[in-house]
Amino acid sequence: MFGQLFISGVATGALYALTAVAVVVVFRNTRTINLAQGDFAMVGAFAALVFIKDFGLNYYVALFGAVLTCVLLGIAFERIVMRPIADSDWLTLFTATLGMYYVLHGVAGWFWGRDTKAFPVTFDPTPIEVIGGLVSQGHVINMAWAGGIGLMLFWFFRYTKQGIAMRAVTDDPDTAMLMGIPVRFIVLLTWGMAGFLAAFAGVLLAPIVYVAPEMMDEVLIKGYVAAVFGGLYSIPGAILGALMIGITENMAGGYLGSHFKTATAFVMIVVLLAFRPQGLFGIQKRREF
Amino acid sequence: MSLLLELSAVEASYGVIRALQGVSLEVGDGDMVALLGANGAGKSTTLRSISGMVPPTSGQILFDGKSLAGLTPNEIVKLGIAHVPEGRKIFKDLTVSENLRMGAYSRSDKTGIIEDTDMVLNLFPRLKEREGQLGGSLSGGEQQMLAIGRGLMARPRLLLLDEPSLGLAPIIIADIFTTLKAVNAERRMTMLIVEQNANVALKNCHFGYVLRVGKVAVSGESEKLRTNREVVESYLGVH
Ligand SMILES: Nc1ncnc2c1ncn2[C@@H]1O[C@H](COP(=O)(O)OP(=O)(O)O)[C@@H](O)[C@H]1O
Ligand SMILES: [Mg+2]
Repeated sequence: MFGQLFISGVATGALYALTAVAVVVVFRNTRTINLAQGDFAMVGAFAALVFIKDFGLNYYVALFGAVLTCVLLGIAFERIVMRPIADSDWLTLFTATLGMYYVLHGVAGWFWGRDTKAFPVTFDPTPIEVIGGLVSQGHVINMAWAGGIGLMLFWFFRYTKQGIAMRAVTDDPDTAMLMGIPVRFIVLLTWGMAGFLAAFAGVLLAPIVYVAPEMMDEVLIKGYVAAVFGGLYSIPGAILGALMIGITENMAGGYLGSHFKTATAFVMIVVLLAFRPQGLFGIQKRREF
Repeated sequence: MSLLLELSAVEASYGVIRALQGVSLEVGDGDMVALLGANGAGKSTTLRSISGMVPPTSGQILFDGKSLAGLTPNEIVKLGIAHVPEGRKIFKDLTVSENLRMGAYSRSDKTGIIEDTDMVLNLFPRLKEREGQLGGSLSGGEQQMLAIGRGLMARPRLLLLDEPSLGLAPIIIADIFTTLKAVNAERRMTMLIVEQNANVALKNCHFGYVLRVGKVAVSGESEKLRTNREVVESYLGVH
């Protein structure tokens, strides 16, 4: 029981991590908490649904299409909404993302309807054996995707010119500009990355939470909580936070009953903010990747 | 000798503060020129106006005969001007080699970048020992070496240096200036060096300008400035 709850908790947490990491990446390069991050994912899930059901496309092609859709959405949001107000105070920026949250909820409901839709590719519950325990195949697939994306991000931030430049902009935007780094382009890239991560979050969660305009609301909050765990600056911190939330809520659901599941994340953030407002990994705050 | 940099009547402000009130100066190709003056005189702002961080509100800046008006900082870096800012401003969360790589952001000639990385690490062997360390963990002197190395990585024709001696021990200051002189001589890299430490600057540069409240007050050969009693007493202080 424990082992299985633990591993499926890790699998769910890995999907939360996609949102948590996106929240961190956007926050540290724009000082904005992106409340629309969950809705980017929701749009990705709907896009994949349309590509599969209406266009009859293969799952992987649909996934690729969803990634493209979300990246374009992230970039368009930066160019059209965030860039003109980039020099405003944080409350203005925050309010703009809140506005985007409502706009996307509304547009999705108007476009695709408010009812919950099943995703055509279902979660595969077939148990397979992983290091001595039984895990659903769906969980294994999700962990593999999330792990692969994690490795890709690691490689990007550690070894590529644009990835290092993204970290330089986090560190000191003025000096980055002085070095000839086109800071606006890097910020655009940051929003593109948020879209990229959102597409995977949406499509991978779709079989579990189903597809609806509000499908990501709870996930966004958990992702945000996980990001705060990492002090909002640290990507490894956010991933660890997301895994902890996934494991804890799964344990609470398994041992205490499913109605405890959702409350867990909220209890965790209240406790965390009360005792360590700088984040659990606050010491690491200035040392990511 | 041909001129590489020419400022004429440059003005720049921060809101209502008129930091530059008509600065005119010239730097010849291959020269090493000092820009001196008291705190708040406008030395840093002069460098920032050249690198495009604080665009001039009037006046003209010519680099190699071409106007820099309207260019963004990254376009100016691409033209061949690198700015080593006051207070070093190295990226604390990036390693030494990542900092150097960011100095070369505007370049895409891979072999040239590798050559210049080797050159910088040879100039500053202490950086070589710390290649994988985070910039924030370096000592003040090492950070200054990294800041200069990062500037050199752009392979600039003109290197702007803002108070490279700030807060450093005399031995390290001498070391850094020896290196700068060597680079200036061997690579014919032109340098405009802002300093509060007038003695060190004038000992190492051919020519000097002294700023006072946003304007050039005195200028001349370093030897003349160094022995000019009035200049020493009014602007350079006792060092
Ligand atoms: N970021 C800024 N905002 C407002 N005023 C500034 C800023 N930077 C410099 N100043 C002002 O501009 C003037 C020139 O400053 P600066 O160029 O930094 O002088 P220096 O480098 O010679 O010490 C000073 O009066 C200073 O207070
Ligand atoms: Mg200064």
